[in-house]
Amino acid sequence: MVTLLASGMPKFINNFCKSFQQNFIAKDRYQYLLDGVIITLKITFFAVLLGIIIGFIVGMIRSTYDNTGKLKIGNWFCKVYLTVIRGTPVVVQLLIIYYGIFASVKVDPVLVAILAFGINSGAYVAEIIRSGIMSVDQGQFEAGRSLGFNYIQTMRYIIMPQAVKNVLPALGNEFIVLLKETSVAGYISLQDLTKGGDIIRSQTYATFMPLLAVAAVYLILVMIFSHFVQKLERRLNNGAR
Amino acid sequence: MEHAKSLIQVEHVKKQFGTTLALDDINLSIEKGEVVFIIGPSGSGKSTLLRCLNLLEVPTEGNILVDDANITDKKVDINLHRQKMGMVFQHFNLFPHMTVLNNLTLAPTKLQGVSKEQAEKQALALLDRVGLKDRANAYPNQLSGGQKQRIAIVRSLCMKPDVMLFDEPTSALDPEMVGEVLEVMRELANDNMTMVVVTHEMGFAREVASRVIFMDQGKIVEENTPDKIFNEPQSDRLKLFLSKVL
Repeated sequence: MVTLLASGMPKFINNFCKSFQQNFIAKDRYQYLLDGVIITLKITFFAVLLGIIIGFIVGMIRSTYDNTGKLKIGNWFCKVYLTVIRGTPVVVQLLIIYYGIFASVKVDPVLVAILAFGINSGAYVAEIIRSGIMSVDQGQFEAGRSLGFNYIQTMRYIIMPQAVKNVLPALGNEFIVLLKETSVAGYISLQDLTKGGDIIRSQTYATFMPLLAVAAVYLILVMIFSHFVQKLERRLNNGAR
Repeated sequence: MEHAKSLIQVEHVKKQFGTTLALDDINLSIEKGEVVFIIGPSGSGKSTLLRCLNLLEVPTEGNILVDDANITDKKVDINLHRQKMGMVFQHFNLFPHMTVLNNLTLAPTKLQGVSKEQAEKQALALLDRVGLKDRANAYPNQLSGGQKQRIAIVRSLCMKPDVMLFDEPTSALDPEMVGEVLEVMRELANDNMTMVVVTHEMGFAREVASRVIFMDQGKIVEENTPDKIFNEPQSDRLKLFLSKVL
């Protein structure tokens, strides 16, 4: 196959094909990348979900405190959480959870990664949500309350739909960051996409080709994701504002 | 209370913002069917008083009775009372993420258990009355200020309120749009809706009000029929105010 491709082509293309063949086709090495992508996507997907759940709860508690002065203790805990999570590197958090908290228990490292990245992302989502709630005009809140909606109903029907729409670009960005941050999952011996490339590199001693492939896969994932976020933004912007 | 039939009874209400006393011992009763206008210089506390009536501002002291229920009492469910007290804001505050029709049907369907069809029917009938039936599926940003305010009034009316509170409803409007909003309010007054209106539209107050209250520095200075207020002002403060605005 290589000889067939190589005939009559410039040398660098020839080299490229040879390297490609060696790094990905031979011994089914592409399988490392494929398995890695699946792990990466699995971690990202569930971490995003967890991050959204934590972020919404923390963001709501924080802005309820800002607005009404209620939930003082809850707000204090949220502030500690935000300070610690945002003040330390995600790799360190990942290692602490894996080697510290789950040291004596046998758990699936994927689960640990989901927890670590979800808890980490939650802190950033919380502040994004809070800024979104603050960005909605106070008059909207008063209009809701004056119609007879209670605080939670006003949040649900009137404030949150507008807040989420306002912060959708920031949220999309946070999830892109999260997807790329999962590349440190290898630290807890997970074979994610980055680690998959690493393994290929250690077998073939090629530096350029496996890393290039890994980068390309991340890029494609991010582009697909951005596309969906943009589509959602356009749909939510339909007519309003 | 002594006058059990008053719709709204304000008793010794004070409101403090930091060190400033926005309302200073306000006593006021509003009967069913009355159209009460509150006038006065800016900073006189008239908007604060209006916002206290549905507890958007919580009084520092004093009681407010609505239908004989003391709404300043923490045990009273204020949300139920607010359903019966429509409020119209200076800046309309329509919900920008919903169509006009959804703006109008949200509260009746979610709070009063009205069916969607019934709520829409009612909303369209009211929209027709203010001449905006054709804008039912528009979004608020596609409307002019006057249209927005008319729809904000309809949004409150959809809850079938006992009283309507207006907080400077025409102050944010272009001059040529003031008339259409006042027209809707005039019709409401003719239909015997109980109304409390904070406004700078003196001509309109003179024409529509059944009673005018003049406030200054957190106090009710004078309270009388529009005829007496505008033609025979008693206090120097009111005379000075009228000489500036008329």
